[in-house]
Amino acid sequence: MRRHRGAGLQAVVLLLLVLVVGPGQVLAAALGQREVLPNGMVLLFSEKRALPILTATMLIQAGAIQDPPDKPGVANLTAELITQGTTARTATQISEAIEFVGGSLSVEAGQDVTTVSLSVLSRDVDLGLELLADILLNPTFAPDEIQRKVQEVLAGIQRTQEDPGEVATEAFAALVFGTHPYGRPLEGTQASVPTITREDLVRFHQANYRPNKTILAVVGDVRLADLKRRLEARLGGWQPGGSAFTPPADPAPLTRPVVRTIQRDVTQANILLGHLGVTRDNPDYYAIQVMNYILGGGGVTSRLTSKIREERGWAYDVGSAFTPDKYAGTFSVSVQTKNQTAQDAIDAILAEMRRIRDQPVTETELADAKAYLTGSFPLRLDTTGKIVWLLANIEYFGLGLDYVDRYAGFINSVTVADIQRVARKYLHPDRYALAVVADLAKAKLTP
Amino acid sequence: MGVLFWFALSAQAWAASLTNRVLETVLPNGLKVLLVEEPKAPVVTIQMWYKVGSRNEPIGKTGISHMLEHMMFQGTPTIGPKQFSLTVQRNGGVDNAYTTSDYTAYYQNFAADRVLFGLELEADRMAHLLIDEKQFQPERQVVIEERRLRIEDQPASVLGEVMRATAFLAHPYRWPVIGWLSDIEGYTREDLVQYYRTYYAPNNATLVVAGDIRKDELLPRIQALFGKIPRGPDPPKVVTVEPPQQGERRVTVKKEAELPLVFVVYHAPNLTHPDTFALDILAYVLGGGRSARLHQRMVYEKQLASYASADYSGVHVDPYLFGLSAGPLPGKTAEEVEQALYAEVERVQREPITDRELQKAKNQLESEFIFAQDSVHQLATMLGSWESVASWRLLAGYLDGIRTVTAADVQRVARQYLMPEKRTVAILIPTKPAPPTAPAAAPAAGGKP
Repeated sequence: MRRHRGAGLQAVVLLLLVLVVGPGQVLAAALGQREVLPNGMVLLFSEKRALPILTATMLIQAGAIQDPPDKPGVANLTAELITQGTTARTATQISEAIEFVGGSLSVEAGQDVTTVSLSVLSRDVDLGLELLADILLNPTFAPDEIQRKVQEVLAGIQRTQEDPGEVATEAFAALVFGTHPYGRPLEGTQASVPTITREDLVRFHQANYRPNKTILAVVGDVRLADLKRRLEARLGGWQPGGSAFTPPADPAPLTRPVVRTIQRDVTQANILLGHLGVTRDNPDYYAIQVMNYILGGGGVTSRLTSKIREERGWAYDVGSAFTPDKYAGTFSVSVQTKNQTAQDAIDAILAEMRRIRDQPVTETELADAKAYLTGSFPLRLDTTGKIVWLLANIEYFGLGLDYVDRYAGFINSVTVADIQRVARKYLHPDRYALAVVADLAKAKLTP
Repeated sequence: MGVLFWFALSAQAWAASLTNRVLETVLPNGLKVLLVEEPKAPVVTIQMWYKVGSRNEPIGKTGISHMLEHMMFQGTPTIGPKQFSLTVQRNGGVDNAYTTSDYTAYYQNFAADRVLFGLELEADRMAHLLIDEKQFQPERQVVIEERRLRIEDQPASVLGEVMRATAFLAHPYRWPVIGWLSDIEGYTREDLVQYYRTYYAPNNATLVVAGDIRKDELLPRIQALFGKIPRGPDPPKVVTVEPPQQGERRVTVKKEAELPLVFVVYHAPNLTHPDTFALDILAYVLGGGRSARLHQRMVYEKQLASYASADYSGVHVDPYLFGLSAGPLPGKTAEEVEQALYAEVERVQREPITDRELQKAKNQLESEFIFAQDSVHQLATMLGSWESVASWRLLAGYLDGIRTVTAADVQRVARQYLMPEKRTVAILIPTKPAPPTAPAAAPAAGGKP
């Protein structure tokens, strides 16, 4: 990151950033360059020549939120199938070609976007990009491949039911989001997946796998001019288009506590408690992150860990998070404790939510949170994989390439009063969703 | 193809340069120090590796290595209880630790300018850990919750635990790293103090520091910080040798779950044995991705399983295991899946693998080795783990070893180690969960008792 980029970038603005990592240390850092290609795809790029490797991440607006309302699981099944055969290659030829060179090419659907990840040694860039372009542009969605993947997805959904954490997560999302698409499991359901047809997949692919809906971040041992020439050769024919996406109506906030309990023969209660949170563009986003660090986001130093783990030994892992997706966010506290202490843990969580609303945090707590959040920033940029992820997300959330420069300022401007204000505004200990997977006879919940 | 030759050279060059970049020093008290200058990002990783894990534990005290790992965060005379991680995070660092059967590792990652600070913390707890009863009692409960979380309520983890306890009769690899529940409930403070004194001496540890550092400047500081810690007596050796297996062992676990699981393991040598390279290749030929044999045959062609994989790692002090595992698709039986695994084992024993399969596995292993160096944390982890079980210097010859493996070698190790009478088979038999409760939005009164 200290190294300066070479020449050959006439067409591109090189962003030189000043990254403050701590008292007395200032680093000049070029996080990356941004360019919009002729077909509308946004390219983020950073040259790193320390190792002969290349890492690429592609975010395509083809997430589960774009699923047809009556067919959850289409985005996931599409993502599963694009590597399973193209007009030029069979499924096995695709996996064999990338694995033969020790690379990887994977596709994973999320709620908002589908992520395509490519890693290759730099000498195999051509092959990697050729395979990437082939699976994006030419998937065949062959009926026998669809049948295979449907079976695998159904088995996955079934196996998920034996993981208490997964069961709680699914129940919690349904309680918080109701009929909003984020309330549905992104793999779909045992009922919906078998109803998905080849036409659904082809239509979804046509509508959403488009360069104007795609961000490509590339970091590694390649020159930008070379990369662009290769992208033009492979992806130049990828046509912009597709259908416009109308975001769903905002989910309705809860008006009272809602509880879902699920019986399992388990030794621990898996507990998720929370409610709607905020989106990434909320002006209070940074104050919320600092507040949450003190409440339950700061690992073993947080208040929740201190009360529930360190003082009482009730849990190995307890934590809270504000998770911002594109169209809505979640606040959630997660804890696993033996069935018998489930109610104690729930009470302690609610008590801490109230305390941070009712009383100002101390100056020391605030200073510690700021010191960590700003001081640990270099650790968020110390591998090609992390840089490529940050570049893609900076673009996706519209943070600007000077984000790295401005981040410490956002955090450092937060005051004790801000913390209390956002705690009161965004934490709701009187109207939350609670999902508990436990041996209920032992857990004795008293909602 | 010329490109393959070029690539092999390139990977070799990377292995060689790694060796040249590591500065090894042994302090008079026996602490081994490995320093790597890797200035590509302004960060540093500080890792302390103790040569102690569950293989060192006596019966009745299983899991005590891991319990002590937890207590290492609970204070010294200078760093109060619960202050260790708070202090690290206040300096923008992240810290954690993990215990395995063979070693216990502690790490702190920081912006590069905090390296001395992190080293001071690490030296302090090597010499002055308190182990206060007041911190120990709740931390024991935390570890019990960790066991529930990671093992008790996860069908695959329970099956793995029972499988290892069956595959090893005598060697302490038979017990779980986290320990049996009754043992966790039984340790005393004195047990932990004794264990700390026995194993946490500089002569039983390796310090690895990698990142944006200057070796020449850092080494004298390390000598000053750690040099004053006295050498300890040599820790006791593990004397138990696992006797040769004489016949297949089978075990089942019945547990609430949705679908069966099939685990098959065979005894296999560690990374000091010349066969380790061919076993690495064999694991990739069988389980190294979607184009590998198990996935192709069992998941793709026969549609018997939702996954099928192979697993081998030589990073153990004593001989460990070569494993196969698979999850039947709904409607398929554990028996069909088990037989399909054996069919692939028999095929690799009967016919040599193809040249292309061999080359693919080599390329995958070499590529993995290069990608591991992208992160200084991962690079230091590789050095620390190899040094803890044998010697980090073996890494220098690793790619050479991989490159010389032939198809005949792979066939030979498959025949030698994957014998039916040497295997342990563990099957998860799912029992039915209780019927799910109806979704209910309980009209809770404020949620507070």
